[in-house]
Amino acid sequence: MTAFELLVQQLINAVSIGSLYALMAIGLAMVFSILRLINFAHGDLIMVGSYVALLLLLLGLPFLVAAAAGVAASTLAGLLMERVAYRPVRGAHEVAMLLTSFSVTIFLENLAIIIFRPTSRAFASPEFLRGIIEIGRLRIASLDIMAIACAAVLLAALTLYVTRTDTGIAMRAASQDLLAARLMGINVNRVIAAAFAIGSFMAGVVGILWSVRVGKIDPLMGFNPVLKAFVASVIGGLGSLSGAVIGGYVLGFLEILLQGLLPAALTPYRDALVFAVLIALLLFRPNGILGSTEREKI
Amino acid sequence: MLKLRGVEVGYGHIRALHDVSLEVNDGELVALLGANGAGKSSTLMTISGIVRPRGGTVFYDDLDLSKASPLDIVNRGIIHCPEGRRIFGGLTVQENLRMGAIRRRDRSRAAADMDRVFSLFPVLGERRRQAGATLSGGEQQMLAIGRALMAEPRLLLLDEPSLGLAPLVVRAIFRVIRELRSRRVTILLVEQNVRQALAVADRAYVLETGRVVLSGTGAELRANTEIEKAYLSGSPRKAT
Amino acid sequence: MARELRRAATPPAGLLVPLALLGAFALLIAGTQFLAGDYLQRIVLGIGINIILVVSLNLSNGYTGVFSLGHVGFMAIGAYTAGVLTLPVSLKAVNLPDLPSWLSRVALPFLPATLIGGLAAMAVALAVGASLMRLKGAYVSVGTLGFLIIMQVIMVNWDQATRGARTFAGVPPYTNLLNVWTWAAITVYVVWRIGRSSYGRSMMAARDNEIAARSLGISVMRGRLLAFCLSAFLTGVAGSLWGHFITSFSPKSFFFVQAFSIITMLVVGGLGSVSGSVIGVFLITIISELLRNAERGMDLGVIQIPPIYGASQVVMAVLFVLVIALRPAGLVGGREIDFRAMARRIFRGKEESHAADAADPIDIPRKEEDE
Repeated sequence: MTAFELLVQQLINAVSIGSLYALMAIGLAMVFSILRLINFAHGDLIMVGSYVALLLLLLGLPFLVAAAAGVAASTLAGLLMERVAYRPVRGAHEVAMLLTSFSVTIFLENLAIIIFRPTSRAFASPEFLRGIIEIGRLRIASLDIMAIACAAVLLAALTLYVTRTDTGIAMRAASQDLLAARLMGINVNRVIAAAFAIGSFMAGVVGILWSVRVGKIDPLMGFNPVLKAFVASVIGGLGSLSGAVIGGYVLGFLEILLQGLLPAALTPYRDALVFAVLIALLLFRPNGILGSTEREKI
Repeated sequence: MLKLRGVEVGYGHIRALHDVSLEVNDGELVALLGANGAGKSSTLMTISGIVRPRGGTVFYDDLDLSKASPLDIVNRGIIHCPEGRRIFGGLTVQENLRMGAIRRRDRSRAAADMDRVFSLFPVLGERRRQAGATLSGGEQQMLAIGRALMAEPRLLLLDEPSLGLAPLVVRAIFRVIRELRSRRVTILLVEQNVRQALAVADRAYVLETGRVVLSGTGAELRANTEIEKAYLSGSPRKAT
Repeated sequence: MARELRRAATPPAGLLVPLALLGAFALLIAGTQFLAGDYLQRIVLGIGINIILVVSLNLSNGYTGVFSLGHVGFMAIGAYTAGVLTLPVSLKAVNLPDLPSWLSRVALPFLPATLIGGLAAMAVALAVGASLMRLKGAYVSVGTLGFLIIMQVIMVNWDQATRGARTFAGVPPYTNLLNVWTWAAITVYVVWRIGRSSYGRSMMAARDNEIAARSLGISVMRGRLLAFCLSAFLTGVAGSLWGHFITSFSPKSFFFVQAFSIITMLVVGGLGSVSGSVIGVFLITIISELLRNAERGMDLGVIQIPPIYGASQVVMAVLFVLVIALRPAGLVGGREIDFRAMARRIFRGKEESHAADAADPIDIPRKEEDE
């Protein structure tokens, strides 16, 4: 393979992984923009959906049915999470809300450990996602194409939603000024629920794609993705939807880049480097790479 | 239409309103005056349901709204145009107005109302696709009022519309307020600009440290020497 | 005249209750050491270590408002550093063959190793904190989380020093009730004194309103960094104590689960209150022990409850959310238990104590909740 072909291969890799990060990050960003809550339990939505899908797969149901059920389960779990854990602490100190999201994570993860045992289970990928499409000398995994396609469709749909529908515009309004939104009579409860539902739906989709990609699932599988999603959000500017998408793809590229450039001895430190980048961003560009470097004005 | 009786409002240890009673009748423009911190905004927030009173009642058409949610209160036609404009900066002018109408069921009449807002504020019509944050202070105030009008208010709560605006712009805003009054929109107007407020109001109340200390018709208060001394010292008012 | 004499004769009321408590603790330790069985000894020892962890965390999270989520990273530094130093030379040759020779030839006694462990943690805190302390609110918390993850990755990969992901075993069991509770007493005293000092006040002022504090000339950054480093030192010491108690550990012992249980104890007891932290530790330790026993399944005669491992975590998580939702200031409400007021009430009767109370405010204001 020529260097060019290798580059294209890696590019597609980066876009594919970036798509997953972008979809995850948007879910986080939607909730943060309205509630100022960093929902670390967002990662466990991946886990919930994957386990439900696995259950149905083991029962012999076709993949698409199982996948749909998994996504539905994730969405439901997200709505429940909001109603039961986050609504009571709405308006609390932001660190208190962060800690609440940790409690939810611990709750869900340990519940899964109790029910499903901590060991990982194999997640069979369906035929149509196992294939490799050959274009010239390029070999592109159909899974990658699926990930990119899903992201494209979902992001387009979301864009239409937040620019054309009343609830979508209301969501943007609520993220800019929650009080003014309430004064307009915007049903803030419903808007927040919608934000959770959409974000959780996307997490569900990411969950299925991720499980197929990795080939196995375990109760703690959501931990890493949510951290990545968070880093992606910060890269793009916490709270901004378009920033989350951009951050997701930038992170995807960054990871592939580091993987290629890092000397072999340092590859296991890749994750640590990603977080060092996060901290650097928080320090020097808290509004994301696109945002301003404005300091708090008195 | 609106009757406040003995309203008590507090934030933590702070007493914001003490035994506040006032009335707004159909079609009137009532002004609520007072210095900074007198409790004017708290009064409006209590009426619109953002703040719950510790005591007293808020009667609206003989219904006690003191425990109602902001959503219910908006549904009854009480629309609060908040202090500082608080338009949605990232949304376009059109989207802002659309948000004002979000609780309405009648799509066609809402669309007609948007045209009416644009005729009332032509400059908004010119900028309809611009983001709210790019508008000037006066234009934002017009947008805020327009957004409130989109909700078809029976009672409009206007909180300091002249705040931070240049005198020319203030005059334009009050022209609009006069126009609204002639259209029989009931308005409760909170203002620090006493001169303009009294010029347009039917009746007025004066608040001081959370209590109503003076009330009467616009003419009565204009003639009142205490007010003249305190707020209309003859020379241009010093900024607080 | 009689009143003056009486006042001179009674010992300073403020000291009485703490002295009584000290006596109670001494009894507790002696009693546990000589009378209690192994199980109870381990619990009391664990409580002691947790007190060090939670109270030192309070110094940073409570007093300065820098809510660190990554402090177990410092615990790990303390544990591994001290562990490497105290490991017998023979074991070093086997378990850590790649250590530089100046390390592999020494095996230090407990106290120097613990102190070095604490200092190592403090050094890292200084390096990391210099930049992290500039962040605010949830951002600094996330920054410390990043630090924890970076620590984890380093520990798992730095084979030569930590044996990577494998168990670091053979640590000599130097920890006993006496040295744990001595350190606990030191920690409580130090943090308590800081809380009552003017330095502590300026920290808390900066926590509540940074801009106002700065305008008063309070160096916010310096206060935060000092608290962060000092709490890191104490946490590192606790790590060493814990390491030499449990005698074998791995990087996984210093990750999210531990961080969460420490933070639970802190929040339940009440941020900003040393006495609250101590109470929180006792309460949570007892509850989780009970739950852990219940996890193993119970035979209630008529009903058999099967073992559900992990259930205790689930319950703790629910408990945590309940506390945050219903009583976010924690059990003690963010203030210290006022011993002077307590003593006054006991010795001088009601009217005098009320009058004295009014003149003696100890206020740790809470953040107002925004709409």
